[in-house]
Amino acid sequence: MQLPVGPVRSQLADSRGRFGAYGGRFVPETLITALQELEAGYARACADESFWSELSAHLSLFAGRPTPLYPAERLTAHWGGARVWLKREDLNHTGSHKLNNCLGQALLARRMGKRRIVAETGAGQHGVATATVCARFGLDCVIYMGAEDVRRQALNVYRMELLGARVVSVESGSRTLKDATNEAMRDWVATVDDTHYILGSVVGPHPFPTLVRDFQAVIGREASTQLGRSPAVVVACVGGGSNAAGMFAHFVDQSGVRLVGVEAGGFGTGPGQHAASLSSGEPGILHGALTYLLQDAQGQVQATHSVSAGLDYPGVGPQHSFWKDSRRVEYVAVSDREALDAFVLLCRLEGIVPALESAHALAWCQREASSMSPDQDLLVCLSGRGDKDVAEVRRLLGDGQ
Amino acid sequence: MISLPERSVIPYLTAGWPGEQAFLEAAAAAARAGCPLFEVGIPFSDPVADGPTIQRASQQALESGVTVERSLELIRRAVELSGLPAVAMTYANLVYRRGYEKFCQDLAAAGGVGLIVPDLPLEESDELEAASRRAGIDLVQLATPTTPVQRLELLGQRSRGFLYLVSVRGVTGSRGRLDENLDELIARAVASSRVPVCVGFGISTPEQVRQVTRQARGVIVGSALLERLERGEDVEAFLRGLTC
Repeated sequence: MQLPVGPVRSQLADSRGRFGAYGGRFVPETLITALQELEAGYARACADESFWSELSAHLSLFAGRPTPLYPAERLTAHWGGARVWLKREDLNHTGSHKLNNCLGQALLARRMGKRRIVAETGAGQHGVATATVCARFGLDCVIYMGAEDVRRQALNVYRMELLGARVVSVESGSRTLKDATNEAMRDWVATVDDTHYILGSVVGPHPFPTLVRDFQAVIGREASTQLGRSPAVVVACVGGGSNAAGMFAHFVDQSGVRLVGVEAGGFGTGPGQHAASLSSGEPGILHGALTYLLQDAQGQVQATHSVSAGLDYPGVGPQHSFWKDSRRVEYVAVSDREALDAFVLLCRLEGIVPALESAHALAWCQREASSMSPDQDLLVCLSGRGDKDVAEVRRLLGDGQ
Repeated sequence: MISLPERSVIPYLTAGWPGEQAFLEAAAAAARAGCPLFEVGIPFSDPVADGPTIQRASQQALESGVTVERSLELIRRAVELSGLPAVAMTYANLVYRRGYEKFCQDLAAAGGVGLIVPDLPLEESDELEAASRRAGIDLVQLATPTTPVQRLELLGQRSRGFLYLVSVRGVTGSRGRLDENLDELIARAVASSRVPVCVGFGISTPEQVRQVTRQARGVIVGSALLERLERGEDVEAFLRGLTC
């Protein structure tokens, strides 16, 4: 079955990799040639139908696409407003949308003759997806993970090791996703001749925000065809913003469709209490791109917090920064507490355990769905499954609940 | 403006590390050792081009309260004490956040003559280049072993003060061996550059300095110097020894 894969054709970055003012290529000189080669390699792949048909075959046979568009009837009845549809990215192999991007980049890396892969991971979803494709295609794999996350996600570390990856615990800085990304970039600077960096989100230097968005765009295209009409609202959580970009890319030119990106509001609006870069940050430069960034008055990157490790990141994809300024997408923050409530609600009403990341998108629906009318379709990206979060949720809610 | 004699040894110090006094004394020691200027890192939370030694120094400096503001004040005092001009090294966000214009003006007012921003490649430097010229600051470009020949020429034309030739694929930090093609790379850089070429990253021994300065104007010594500073060793003797 041919899936709706292929590059996004509108709202593209300019020749400098900028979406409006945002994006660009703020990296050490050592990486410039590799990024130029990646850009050229991706341009060749874009023009080659065999690349996309190969990707389509892997997405279908290996990842299990297309993922269902699921009518959440009990949730719809519970909120008593919009018809709620869940795009079931949690049903992808490895349990999240991350595999869409990893398959695309692994095929690209193979075409470009790179035999070694590095990647960063927070909670481990992207690390597991990367380790999985490396096993599948016989590539060497090194995953950088903050020491704090290694401790919190011991099972995912073992999962990656089972898949043949080497997991490096990162002890610098805040010892979380941001620092794992720094270390993956440092590795790439030293090994760029034979190594490809599979960045996990629509962040980083050009062309990563473009190619990750393109590999995730299958989400929105499938959902649109499956629904068969225009939704009133499309909602997705935003950390780096890859599932949201993949969902929104298809709808962004349809002016009647309201697009909502939901950030991690944590437990407050002070520094270190949340990870809502678009809602509370200001433009700055991190990990190769100019984008909204949580930073102090002098430009030091701030600590972040979210109950969801996948959203716990101080930056965001530059195209989201552009969409925020152009007001095409609304970005809002929901709290840890609201996300936890939505997590439990989906378990109870639909028999689906969502990732805490995806629960943020649901938490916004909990606020807004009841004020919408029953003939309006509310399309939610359920970006991942929540098995990884069960222990954390249990700890936070207590065993009694 | 940066001016460099033959066989220059340029020490790299992290502002305010391992303590404010020790930092200032190290700058003075560099002057006594015959260094023509010093490079000073303004610490950033996410130094992606730096290896473990400079990362640790940056993190500790930040924890001890070395802000951009404080760094500029320390640069001013180090310049005053040592009589040497300073070249600042920092990351794009700190410069962007302060405003390119204001950052350059403030750096010049503190006695800075040059600026190195390792995550601001040529394609992103137009605006800072213009601002730095207006402030009388030389914006130094970096070239690396992965830089293609044509681009190396372009960098050598655009760089001001000197061209910072990164000796290795990788981050800062001491290394036993330099890239085996380094001599060839230096020769190419020297041949095409409008400004002198200085080599940095991984330089730590007099042998390496000798090898590199056969062709290049000078070397930059960072991590190896910080390691000695951290251990409380005599940095003047170390810097002197490098040019033996």
